[in-house]
Formats: sequence, C-alpha cells, structure tokens
Amino acid sequence: MTTVLPLPTYRNEKPYPFCPGCGHGSILDTLNEALVILGTDPAEVVIVSDIGCSGLSDQYFATSAFHGLHGRSITYATGIKLARPELTVVVIMGDGGTGIGGTHLINAARRNIGVTVLVLNNLNFGMTGGQHSTTTPEGAITSTTPLGNLEHPLEICGTVGVNGAGYVYRGTSFDEALHDRMVDAIQHPGFALLDIWDLCTAYFVPKNRMGKKGLEQTIDQLGLEKGVLYQRDAQDYGAAYRQAAAAAGVRRAPDTIPIEFASPLEAAMSFVVAGSAGAKVRSAARLFGEAGIRSGLWATLRGDYPVTVKTGHSVSQVIMSREQQPPVAVTIPDVLVLASDDGLKKVAGMAAAMGPGQLLITTPEFASVATGAEVLVVDPDAWSGRIPKTQLALVLLAAAARRTGVVTPEALAAAGAGPFETANLAAIEAGTSMVGRP
Amino acid sequence: MREFIDGATAIVRGALDSGCTFFAGYPITPASGILMQMMRELPKTGGIAVQGEDEIASIGMCIGATLAGARAMTATSGPGISLYSENIGLAIMGEVPLVIVDVQRLGPSTGAATTVAQGDVQFVRWGTAGGYPIIALAPSTVPEAYRLTARAFELAERFRCPVFLLTDKELTMSLTTVDSESLTHDPVGARATESAGPPYRYEPADAVFPIHEFGSGATVRFTGSTHDQHALITKHGPTIGALNRHLIAKIEDHRDEIELVEVDADGDARTVVLGYGITGGAVRTAVARGRAAGKALTGVVVQSLWPLPETALRKAFDGMDRVIVAELNPGLYRREIDRIAMDRNVVGIERIDGDLITPDQILEMAM
Repeated sequence: MTTVLPLPTYRNEKPYPFCPGCGHGSILDTLNEALVILGTDPAEVVIVSDIGCSGLSDQYFATSAFHGLHGRSITYATGIKLARPELTVVVIMGDGGTGIGGTHLINAARRNIGVTVLVLNNLNFGMTGGQHSTTTPEGAITSTTPLGNLEHPLEICGTVGVNGAGYVYRGTSFDEALHDRMVDAIQHPGFALLDIWDLCTAYFVPKNRMGKKGLEQTIDQLGLEKGVLYQRDAQDYGAAYRQAAAAAGVRRAPDTIPIEFASPLEAAMSFVVAGSAGAKVRSAARLFGEAGIRSGLWATLRGDYPVTVKTGHSVSQVIMSREQQPPVAVTIPDVLVLASDDGLKKVAGMAAAMGPGQLLITTPEFASVATGAEVLVVDPDAWSGRIPKTQLALVLLAAAARRTGVVTPEALAAAGAGPFETANLAAIEAGTSMVGRP
Repeated sequence: MREFIDGATAIVRGALDSGCTFFAGYPITPASGILMQMMRELPKTGGIAVQGEDEIASIGMCIGATLAGARAMTATSGPGISLYSENIGLAIMGEVPLVIVDVQRLGPSTGAATTVAQGDVQFVRWGTAGGYPIIALAPSTVPEAYRLTARAFELAERFRCPVFLLTDKELTMSLTTVDSESLTHDPVGARATESAGPPYRYEPADAVFPIHEFGSGATVRFTGSTHDQHALITKHGPTIGALNRHLIAKIEDHRDEIELVEVDADGDARTVVLGYGITGGAVRTAVARGRAAGKALTGVVVQSLWPLPETALRKAFDGMDRVIVAELNPGLYRREIDRIAMDRNVVGIERIDGDLITPDQILEMAM
C-alpha cells in the first residue's frame, strides 16, 4: 500500500526576483500555503500567468504552468479548464492585466468559468517603470500621472461580482487569513477572484509615501469593502455545457440528393436571379440548382447581397453543367430572371449587355427594361391564385426552367419538397403553366 | 450520391472528421457559417464550441484547450486575423498545433463584409512580430475545402504550428455540387505526446518533438516567451539561437512534405496561368477554354501557399516564357512568383473591385 504524504511545498528552490518589500513574494508564499492545504497533485495545478512582475510568478512553482500574453491569461485558462475540467487552474495577473484584459475578466465571470484569478494589485505597472494602471487611485503620482491621476480607479470586485462571478474577495497581502480565502476560492466550482492589494516598493510606495497602513486606508477612502464580497453557488460553464451537450443528439448524416430525372442540357448554362433581400431569391435559386442535380447536372450557386439581411438586393447566380465545375463569375448570363426594382439596380448593366440568344424573364413592371435579350414577360396577376412576393423568384425560375427545358417541373417539384412544399409547388405550377415550351 | 453544399459545411465536416474537439470563434461575415455549424455540431461529438467575447479570447481559448489535449480550430475573416496577431505569435513560439480559417473579405479595415477578396495572402504569412514561418493552405473547390481542412490538422500536428486555411467569401458561402465520396479523408492520427523530460527540445533543429499536455500526469510548463528547454525565460544567446533556428527549420527544411500544387501541364505551352483559392476555378476554366480554342496553356493551382512551394513551381515554370498570376488583390502573391521566376515575364491579373476574376479575363491576357 502506498501512502501519499502531503507535499511540504509547491514552490521550487528558486528565490523570487521581486524587489525588497514587494508584496508579490508574500502573496505567492500564501498561494503555496493554500496549495499545501489543498494537497492537489502539482501536475494537476496549472498556474496561468499574465505579463508584468506578477507574470514571473509561475517560474517559482513546481506546478504546471502557462505563461502567455498580456491580459490574455484568462482566455488560456478558460481553454484549459474547458478541455480538462479536472485541473485546478489558477490565474495570476496584475492590475495591468485587468485593464488590457478587462473584457476577458468580465466575460469569464459572466460565464462562471471555473478558474481562480489572483489579482496582484499594486496600483501601478511595476515592471515597465511605474506607469499608472486601471486601479491607480485618483490623485496618485506615477511616472505617467505627474500631475496626479485624473482617472477613476476600476472597481474590480464589483465589476466581476455583479456580472456573475461565483466567489469574490478583496484584501491585502497583509491579511492573516489570506491562505484560507485562497483555499475557498480554489475550491469554489465557479469563477473566483481575489483582488489582493500590495505594495510596489520600487515605484508606487516612494512616489506616494504609502506603507501597509496607507494601503489599507486607501481602500477605505475609496469607499471599498474588504472581505468576501460575493458568493454565488452556480454550476460552472464547463459543467453546464457538458450537461446541455448530452441532449444535443448525434451528428446527422449529410443530406444527399438522388439523381432521378434527366436533362437535355449539353453546354453549361448560366442563370442570374435578381430580386430583393428577404424575398427568398436564394431559396428559389437553391431549389432550382437542386432540381438540376436531381437531373444529373452539376450546379453551383453564388450569391450577392449587402450586409443587411432583409433590405436591399439579393442576386443569385446558378450555373448548370454536365461536368463538375467550381463557382466562377458570370458576366453575361444565358438567362436573367428579374424579380424586383432592388434586383434591377444591381443587374441593369448586365441586362443591357445581353443580346440575341439570351433570355430575360420578368414581370410586366420591368417589361421595357433595356436589353438586347429576348424578353419573356410573366404576369403574376394573370394567374388564378395569389402569388406572394416571396414566391415570385421561384415562379419566374419555374418559367425559365419551362422555357429552356433545362429541368422538368417534376424535378423542380422534387427539389421543392420539405417544410415549404405547398408554397413551392404552387409557385412551380404557376411559373410552369404561364409559359409554353420553347 | 451528390450534395449541394457550401465551403463552410465542407470545412466543418473536414474538421469534425479530423477529430477536432474544440472550436472558439467570434461572429464575422463571411466566416460566421463555420462558427454556427461548429456551435451546433461539436457538442454532438463530445467536443466544445464557444463563442468568445472577441477574436482575441477565441484564439486564446483554442491555444489553452490545445495544450490541455484538445484538437482546436478557429475561424474568422481579415479583421479578426488582425486581432489574432499576438496569439499567432504565441502559437508559433510555444509550438501549438492550431488550425486557423481565414475566410477572406475585401479590405482594408472592415472593408466589405460580403465581398470576395484574396488580400490576406501575405498577411497570414507575416501577420505577427518576428517573421517566423507558418503554413497556409488554400482550397479552390468545396471538396478541396474538406480535404485541405483535414490536411491542415495533419500538418498542425506534424509541425506543431498554426496552419491557416486561407479561403474566401465565395468558396465558403457558394453552393457547389459535390460527390459525397469526394468528402472523405483518412483519419488524422493521434497526437504525439510525452510526459517525461523537458517540454521543449531544439536539436536537431528540424525535428519536431512530442507535446507535453496539461493533465497528462506530469508537471508541464508552457511559455510564449523566449525560453529554454524547460520553458523558462532565458537571455542565453546560444539557447535563443537554437530555439529560433528550430522554429524556422522544422518547417522550412520540410517543404517537400508540405508542397501541394496542382499542375495541369501542356508540353507545347509557353505560358503558364497560376491562381489559388477561388481564383483557381477561373484558371482551370480558362486553361480548358484556351486549349479548346487551340492555345496551349499550362495551368497551376497552388494549394499550399506557405511555405512557398518553390520546387513544384520551378518545375512547372520549366520551359515557360511567361507566367500569368491571377489573384483578387494588388499582386501580392506575384511578388513571390517574381522572386523565383528568373528571367521569365511575370504578369498579373489583379482584381480589387470585389468581383471575381473571370475565365475570359485570363484568356484575354493568355491568348
């Protein structure tokens, strides 16, 4: 039988590189105490460090470690925790990291990612020359606030606390029970943050004549509370995700299309459908293309539309061919289907460039459009049933199919099966019936 | 059986069939289709897909997850690659296998979200500080999008580096008819890992060593800073030199494993037409039409853009007087072709107005 003895330390043998009197070493010693209390396998503890003086921390521990980019430590910690939920993930960042990585801080709290964040908050950038940070108190002198800091300091604990963090504590490196709070934080299943104020003896202390007492007074003067400020029992994101994913089902097999009809098409033929966004132009073009595939052809469909979804133009280009083909640009199509004024604005030049042997299919509204192509006018009002705007593109494409003979009405109908079958079949019947064969 | 699918669907299937277990991304046209499909499909396979708060978080999560044993992919467009930049450097330095899909749109800046371009071809190569190599693949058809996604995962694992799948709005969002059988790939093998010894090794320079993953039972250190073999920050010159030479040699010395170029050679041709990505389709069509019209042409579609497939390209250029490079940018890849084309006449067909280069445009230049 093997007996596992508690590790005497999670530190390695290397002395800290911090300045005399710097609070960082004391906080890291406290983390070590907490890890000893917890007794977790050091390989299963991942210290994710940020940049700056606090970013050196991971090198003094015998645990696993990830040293990444400034402000991004929480994102790496999130990835590690999601991929391996059994690991203990501890982020060590400075007040600098809360500025440059503020969005990650808020969002990890909001998601309740099960990591512990230690903010070594010494109120300025110690490594790069004592510049002010997001937590520098108003009026403080730093190398970049020679006139006194004019910015309001970030309230880290409140920010993560009101946004869903599981456990939030504020204190200083001098707190007697800090190791116990670290144990609580690490044991909390959700997002835990300890905002630990400490002294930067290289810069902030001499410039602002601050000591232990001054540090604690500053917290008071800012009207900030100390101690455990937020505690919320909620499932962490990873656990919630895995639980929800259990009901996600299995990957569906791809939708395959059988070849069950024939097409007389020999040379490749291009169709452009121009209409309005939101009027099911692309859906109609897709149905048309699928009818081609059901007829043994190879179809491609390219779309052109603005960034808006339900306004402006929607132009779809379908090429049918006997051979497999990549999507290529069509300058002048064999058939242009024009369904609306939005569409005309996009394809007026194309219509004008079309000539004999090419076909333009449209409604009476655009019957006099400038083009050299043969114009086939389909009047939706002449049809016995009502044709909604969202079916017009399909009506005109069905007319194009009928006139060119590229696919049969049966192939269109087969492609139109599914949730919109009734509307599709009505449109296909209307378009097919209103034009004759060539 | 046939299918009518877009490139995004092919990329997602390629990723899932390659054992991708983690995805994080931020919505951006024209890459959102990949994000949405991954969010829907990955949980069904036991994997995890996250919509990050921004692109920086998304790639950061992917890197963290990879080091914890996941096989990760992210997808964005040019503006997102801008935000990925620092973490691309981290993945290079820390030797993280990662697949990054760049669905290019017209730039610069936010440019035109729903408009095609190929303006990121140099950006992905030089998009982070330091100038160290990455690998980039560019599919020109939907089946290629599937296969090259799988290939990207293979190369990422093989070389422990970020691999870009450089695609574009048209290939990703256009529907193409494909044979279901063409969307198959051999499974991507398990990751080489180890848990003993130092996490990094640099000798021999071109060798790639197994990854040390978090949660493997042994203590693991990872760093994005210049480091020694134990992932400890170093300023020791010989160690730094060995590390950086290794980051270069592991890719550059193995170009032959990465090169992927489709050459449709015509023994009588004196002109070669070259394209990549979506423009590859216009190149193939133009070459076929040119030949039908009695003009001998050689067509080249480059699938592995970086490192530059010099051996295959030099061979394809052998006997040619003229190289026509077609691309949807101001001649960005042509700079590389110029560099290796010797005294051949290199001319460009550039399109930066948001439309595709047409086969006719190429033929006009080639005939």
